[in-house]
Amino acid sequence: MSRENSLVSAQWVEEHLDDPKVVLVEVDEDTSAYDKGHIRGAIKLDWTSELQDQVRRDFLNKQQFEALLSSKGVGNDDTVILYGGNNNWFAAYAYWYFKLYGHQDVKLLDGGRKKWELDSRELTEETPDRAATTYTAQDQDKSIRAFRDEVVEAIGVKNIVDVRSPDEYAGRLLAPAHLPQEQAQRAGHVPTSVNVPWSKNANDDGTFKSDEALKALYDEVGFDNGKDTIALCRIGERSSLTWFVLHELLGQENVKNYDGSWTEYGSLVGVPVVLGDEPGEASA
Amino acid sequence: MCGATEGGLSLAGVDVAKEAIIQGQVVRGGDPVGGAYVRLLDRTGEFTAEVPTSATGHFRFFAGDGQWTLRTLAPKAEPVDRKVHAAVGSVAEVQIAL
Repeated sequence: MSRENSLVSAQWVEEHLDDPKVVLVEVDEDTSAYDKGHIRGAIKLDWTSELQDQVRRDFLNKQQFEALLSSKGVGNDDTVILYGGNNNWFAAYAYWYFKLYGHQDVKLLDGGRKKWELDSRELTEETPDRAATTYTAQDQDKSIRAFRDEVVEAIGVKNIVDVRSPDEYAGRLLAPAHLPQEQAQRAGHVPTSVNVPWSKNANDDGTFKSDEALKALYDEVGFDNGKDTIALCRIGERSSLTWFVLHELLGQENVKNYDGSWTEYGSLVGVPVVLGDEPGEASA
Repeated sequence: MCGATEGGLSLAGVDVAKEAIIQGQVVRGGDPVGGAYVRLLDRTGEFTAEVPTSATGHFRFFAGDGQWTLRTLAPKAEPVDRKVHAAVGSVAEVQIAL
């Protein structure tokens, strides 16, 4: 993968606003942001009500995902451009989700909604009318999704990157201020996981840093490029963005997002947990 | 915005006793700036949250006890950093002039 295959600029989006094969999709942490204005032609995906199973803690299954995209008017051969606020935090989560179900042509708008707004580009409150499609999803690509047992087995073996804030990593906080809804039973981090806060991947305007700057970020914490990698955060969204950087921008192979993340790991009985700012030992 | 009052956002429905609220308004030449982005950075400079301002330029964070920095980005303006102290049970009102 590379930047050309996975990112588009605001200018590119503006030039393709009337392209019928390009579907813009807004996914925001603040699910009401779309209703206050969005890029012309964009549809909305609500991560809380539309991308999660409403009973079990899991994603939509294949049939549910197919039904969702069909009803939204997304076709299998459409170019899906995702964007959102907070450095594309939830848009990156949706990107990973689309890849999980095998959508071929999906990209992020570099800088997301913020870059679009800071450029003073047009927003509208008009909602588009897209005809329903018959969308066919692939089986989940488990090569990009990690489950809890793999994380325990990865301790001291794989790169584990914890992308929460330093205070969450160290166990001083269970959740970031302002967004404290979901919490684990215990604070701390997975032994041997390194801390690279997700926001360090982005510039102030929400665009991704250069490949060189991104590489340096992971080299600094002693990433071993020869090893497989698992990214986690609290609920799996921020780590989707890090997965995007490592797997899609930097082209690392075998990178998985652990969507159970700390709210699952930190609630498991009997697993090792480390407190403090250091990664800790495998035998902790 | 509904409920916006001069000098700050309405606190109707917010349990102030349990929250460390940072809120305020972004202005340019005395006029409110809607659609600006205000970012909440923790004491180490780490990103915590970001919200766009309302049509009346207002924003609000539910922070925690301690020192925070608000970084504001808006079209055609240089980023503005403002330090602010938050404490549970109080409302820190901040006016940010671009």
